[in-house]
Amino acid sequence: MSVVDMACLMGSLVLVAAPHALRAPWWLTLLTLCLYGWRVYFALNRAPLPSRWFVLAIAVVGILAVWFEQRTVFGRTSGIMLLLLFSGLKLLETRTHRDAMIVCFLAYFLIITNFLYTQSIPTAALMLAGVLCITATMVGFSAPARPIRANARTAILVLAHGVPAALVLFLLFPRVQGPLWGLPQDAYAAMTGMSDEMAPGNLARLALNDAIAFRAEFVGEPPAQRQLYWRGPVLWEFDGRSWKTGPSILARYEPPQEGGPKFRYSVVLEPHNREWLFALETASTLPDRARFTHDGQVLSAFPIRARMRYEMRSVAVNETRADEVPTLLGRALRLPEGFNPRAAALAREWAAASAGETEIMERGLSFLRAGRFTYTLEPPPLGRDSIDEFLFETKQGFCEHFASAFVFLMRSAGVPARVVMGYQGGDLNPVDRIVTVRQSDAHAWAEVFLRGRGWVRVDPTGAAAPMRVDSGVVRAMPDASPLPFLVRTEYQWVRALRYQWEAATYKWNVWVLGYNPDRQRELMSFVGLPDADWRALTATLFSILGVLTAALLAWSLRRLRPPDPVQRAWRAFCRKLARQGLERAPHEGPRDYSLRAARALPGARSAILHIAALYISLRYGEDESEARVRELRRRVRALRLA
Amino acid sequence: MIAGLLERRPRLANWLWGFTPPERGTVVLVHRRVYIVPTRLGAFFGATILVLVVGSINYSLSLGFALAFLLAGMGLAGMVHTARNLARTAVSVGRAHPVFAGEAAQFRLFLDGRSPFDRPSILARHVASGTQLVCDVPAGGIAEVVLGVPAKRRGWMPIGRVMLETRFPLGLFRAWSYIEPEARCLVYPRPDRSPLPASSASERAGSTRVQAAGNEDFAGLRAYQRSDSPRHIAWKAAARTGEMLTKQFSGEAAQELWLDWALLPPGLDAEARLSRLAGWALAAERAGATYGLRLPGNEIVPGRGDAHLAACLEALALYEHGKAA
Repeated sequence: MSVVDMACLMGSLVLVAAPHALRAPWWLTLLTLCLYGWRVYFALNRAPLPSRWFVLAIAVVGILAVWFEQRTVFGRTSGIMLLLLFSGLKLLETRTHRDAMIVCFLAYFLIITNFLYTQSIPTAALMLAGVLCITATMVGFSAPARPIRANARTAILVLAHGVPAALVLFLLFPRVQGPLWGLPQDAYAAMTGMSDEMAPGNLARLALNDAIAFRAEFVGEPPAQRQLYWRGPVLWEFDGRSWKTGPSILARYEPPQEGGPKFRYSVVLEPHNREWLFALETASTLPDRARFTHDGQVLSAFPIRARMRYEMRSVAVNETRADEVPTLLGRALRLPEGFNPRAAALAREWAAASAGETEIMERGLSFLRAGRFTYTLEPPPLGRDSIDEFLFETKQGFCEHFASAFVFLMRSAGVPARVVMGYQGGDLNPVDRIVTVRQSDAHAWAEVFLRGRGWVRVDPTGAAAPMRVDSGVVRAMPDASPLPFLVRTEYQWVRALRYQWEAATYKWNVWVLGYNPDRQRELMSFVGLPDADWRALTATLFSILGVLTAALLAWSLRRLRPPDPVQRAWRAFCRKLARQGLERAPHEGPRDYSLRAARALPGARSAILHIAALYISLRYGEDESEARVRELRRRVRALRLA
Repeated sequence: MIAGLLERRPRLANWLWGFTPPERGTVVLVHRRVYIVPTRLGAFFGATILVLVVGSINYSLSLGFALAFLLAGMGLAGMVHTARNLARTAVSVGRAHPVFAGEAAQFRLFLDGRSPFDRPSILARHVASGTQLVCDVPAGGIAEVVLGVPAKRRGWMPIGRVMLETRFPLGLFRAWSYIEPEARCLVYPRPDRSPLPASSASERAGSTRVQAAGNEDFAGLRAYQRSDSPRHIAWKAAARTGEMLTKQFSGEAAQELWLDWALLPPGLDAEARLSRLAGWALAAERAGATYGLRLPGNEIVPGRGDAHLAACLEALALYEHGKAA
């Protein structure tokens, strides 16, 4: 292998391994880079490669190191680490172009494993660059003497010619919903999202993350910011510090159908490895393969591990207007003994002084409103009686503090209440009118049960910091708060750019990444094959691929020089004479041949001599006019010998 | 097995390869004659794509599908490009200069791309001998390949079957085509460089009287004649005077040598005699002698020079060629 070939191979490898190297532990990145560099050294000095045993020893040490790092050599992270290591080791025993091709194939695996972490537009661009480099390298292997630029051009051409077939394959290859087998334990470790537990500081941490939780596309005008309550897990159980969902019970849940403005929208939910499907309060329909729980959560039948799109309808009502099962009302009053005595005492005071549940609720809200509470992402840490400390001492908290304290107060006063987690707000993209909800929009609020009205949504944070609900978390925060850069609003042009980018990303997510078996079915029914099974798909796929390949072949041969029309006419003339037994001898020039033919066929003498003269002047003379070529062809066609 | 079958049934081979040998003039590799199969690396590539697809299904990686299908599309396009790299190439064969048996006949193949694009990495391989060479056909140009085919026997040697193969651009497919152009090379008998100087042989033949050091004694210069050996041209004198002069050696004109088949030892078989005579002809030419050749049924009158030597050697090469072959 020449140095140029090795340089191309190395360049491609560095390009595709870079995203992994940035994530891998520092020693592995260093080791891999050393192995690459070592191979370059061998190539430059034409030194013999290290022995097989030496490479094997490095492999064993590397595998052991990965095991120490991960405590396993199976699983996703370890697998990728080993792949990175082997890409360097395989280079050390790469002698021929055939070995180098195997390294190229290894590079494809480096590309695809990066998709386990990200499948964004830049990742796709990086993939294209990587594939292009690898292809150019492969072209270089099969034509070592050619300049790199020519090889790069060929690579671009081959890839471009492959795109139509790739597109057809992408659309028509029968899609199956994965996974086909059990995935390694750490397969979904990287997903962020809500948990089913709410402890002080949980949501504040999540709010520092500007990752997208989901996007919603409304049919018609999206609701106002303050109506955007995206309902998630409902928390019933309090242990003095954190809230949990608690056991689920089988009870009928009637989704509301009327009672407020109705909204139709579709949600593209990012994978979060849980079952919750977030919906605008209050969901009135269910997506496919989903169910309502007794407390109105919308749960998918399986954890959301791939980006998922679903259609929803909601009615904007903030009360259920239904009765509740007595046991559940009991659960909605349960509190642990011996926590937060001051808050409990205050609540009992309110209960004694109030005429009804509604009044208790109002007292609670006005307490928060008047209490000069500070809404902050960095509340001071709280001790055992966290709610007492928050309400009466620190007075600084994020939404989980407000929700938790409010529900505690209500339960202490004898009003059934529960905590609801979800997202509040969202960013309306003026470019494509899509509402983007980020992890930083994570929110917690309360629901209290009022006789006659059912479960009623109450947002204690909204009482203490009204800006949060009206205009989002950003406006509600003091300036110096550590919110992610992209979420802040100071820079208008950054914001404008971001909206454009997000609109593109949304399209990308829906049309490229969101292309799944369901979408494929939709596409097939759109083109008029509503119940195409995998057999129909495969048949269509292969016929289109066949047509594409034939078209490509025809196109590439079309560019070849067509046979000379003069020569073609002359050949036809020779064939006609040959049928009369006058085959042209290899040594015979046109003049001798025509004279011989004219002697043998006196009837056609003048025609034969004329054709030969025409041919000679066109072939060997200066004459190249189209009219003479046409005349030759006409005369040859008109020649009758029999 | 298939190769053996085709060997026994030439007509089946002709049908399969799409031509009837030998082919006159320029051979165009129409795409009907270009065959294509995946290489072992191509099979590996297919397996890689398969694994990528299965992985994409398992982890629901849309971009993984995109990658796998992009590679599949690229492989398909690569197949067409590989076929295109060979299709419609025009192959013609140039003159092959005569060689002695035991040497390699140099067949010159001209590959005319007849295309606006270049056709790199075309391997020409002589099937019977395994000689092979790689060439790049430039865009709109012609590449020349010289295939050295070992000449084993004297007489006319046809070029035989030549395979043109390419794996460009991706190395995943191998396209090939067979040609059998009408081209032949004259093979002289292997010269027997036995220590028999022409003089002693002719001494025994008794037909001439040769002085032992015939061309050693410089006798003077005379005007150059076209049949004179370049070795005898007085280059220095020519450079000085601007006139071509030939050195003359004493007794040269008197020497007339007959290389006679009948006067060889009777124990020698025909091929050995031809070899001996070829060796003598070379030696006589080198010695600057005038020599003639007598074969049964053929006689070449004494003469000198390269054309005369070639005529003698051709007569030896084709002696009873029809029967021998």
